[in-house]
Amino acid sequence: MNFLSSHKLQHPYRFLGKDFFMRETPVFSDKDMDRAVSRIAHEIVERNHGVEGLMLAGIWTRGAPLAHRLAGRILSIEGKEVPVGVLDIGLYRDDIGRSSRPMVHSTEMPEVVDGQKLVLVDDVLFTGRTIRAALDALIDFGRPRQVQLAVLVDRGHRELPIRADYVGKNMPTSTKEEVQVRLLEVDGIDEVVLLREGA
Amino acid sequence: MPSIVKEENKRLRTSLVDGTRRHLLDVDDFTRDEIDLVSKTSDAMLEVLARDIKKVPTLRGKVIVTLFYEASTRTRVSFEEAGKLLSADVINVSSSGSSVEKGESLLNTVRTLQATGADLVVVRHQHSGAPYFMARNLESMGVINGGDGWHAHPTQALLDVYTMRRHLGPIGGRKIVIVGDILHSRVARSNLWALTTEGANVVLCAPPTLIPQEFLSGQHRVDEHPLSTVEIETNVEMALDGADVVMPLRLQLERQESGLLPTLREYSKMYGITRERLDLASKDALLLHPGPMNEGVEISPDVAHGSQSLIEEQVRNGVAVRMALLYLLVGATKREETKAEIQ
Repeated sequence: MNFLSSHKLQHPYRFLGKDFFMRETPVFSDKDMDRAVSRIAHEIVERNHGVEGLMLAGIWTRGAPLAHRLAGRILSIEGKEVPVGVLDIGLYRDDIGRSSRPMVHSTEMPEVVDGQKLVLVDDVLFTGRTIRAALDALIDFGRPRQVQLAVLVDRGHRELPIRADYVGKNMPTSTKEEVQVRLLEVDGIDEVVLLREGA
Repeated sequence: MPSIVKEENKRLRTSLVDGTRRHLLDVDDFTRDEIDLVSKTSDAMLEVLARDIKKVPTLRGKVIVTLFYEASTRTRVSFEEAGKLLSADVINVSSSGSSVEKGESLLNTVRTLQATGADLVVVRHQHSGAPYFMARNLESMGVINGGDGWHAHPTQALLDVYTMRRHLGPIGGRKIVIVGDILHSRVARSNLWALTTEGANVVLCAPPTLIPQEFLSGQHRVDEHPLSTVEIETNVEMALDGADVVMPLRLQLERQESGLLPTLREYSKMYGITRERLDLASKDALLLHPGPMNEGVEISPDVAHGSQSLIEEQVRNGVAVRMALLYLLVGATKREETKAEIQ
């Protein structure tokens, strides 16, 4: 077995959540993230003429806290609660048996999705395959009237015909780079960083 | 013979956690992390079972064969249901009506199944060790042990532990009493491994003739899990005192003639779980039974269908746990890396 390729697969240099062979460039601070979430919340309310029949569904892991933040912001803008669900797409992936296996979590949808306007929420939009899987998962719960997509970062390189309706930041990247969104609820810090190979 | 595979498993440290485990032969080499992973994945599967449309596309294009040389209802049905809810194609083969009747050997039968392109075989066999033999002779197909002789029934143990964890939380330090024919019970053996791995205090209770001789020498401490104890108690009232979980085993009526029991009636009188006996256990103690039940023999009907009984929930959880295991074993085996690791 090739020594180098095996090490690349297993990320042995990852330690304390950091990859010491990757260079980190900050992109978003906590304040930037706050403003982006705020703007997306306003856009969602504007586009849907209020919050009537609106539902948010965060994609596990980091889409879920983002969806709750959006709901909180919408509550302060409109004074109305928007139901929030969590979608896990582990059982709907198209690469099962081909790549490493993610942990499967429970999906929780709070209400009947039939006839609702549903906003999917995720942290990074990349190939679009996660969103494809999320749409499949969603349709197993019913027939929403409309599905919209909100992401914090769109980094390009789509492999499927999918686009976001609300974007926190458009970020052109190379495929060798990696975008990491870190959230207080999951990672203990609010930031977005760009990771590049080489020290 | 099975120990060869066990040793090999230990050496290679195959694990569900990193996707290197291809076969589920017993739970004796399971780590706590693996039991945790199975439980958490089963939670997600239970949620799928609760949906209106209970089907997910996870294992599309995978073929699972159930190969049963012994009678079974719940194990076979729940594996079939689990596979189908995950969109796998499930083929049922039983010894009657197949080439086994014409005298085909076990090895040739499973090689044939492998050649048809099946991804996984669930096997139940009357001889202990049969699934190990199969696993050693297969290259691309995984094996799940659905019960082999007196030896092991790992999926039953995992669903029992999962059911207990759902009601009790962590089961470390809990008193779990298994009553009945320990000697012939593969369920008891696999449960013993899984429960001690979780740190539970297990009490085995049976007439002395139905306890393995080597167990009778007194209290056992399980070396690898120093917090867990296994006790042998032949008096059922003593055993049940303060128990958190009571699990009567099916009295295998076919063994009755071998002279291990005086009469069925006497067994029932001495060891049957009745309302009065269950009241000796702690308040709200859980009642589990691996099924099928002989009501009125090892368990009285009012207890079997009473408020403390989780027997039907066990069956439902069994489907979820088997879905989780199919997903973890078929859905994500990193075959190439596994091979690379062996080399």
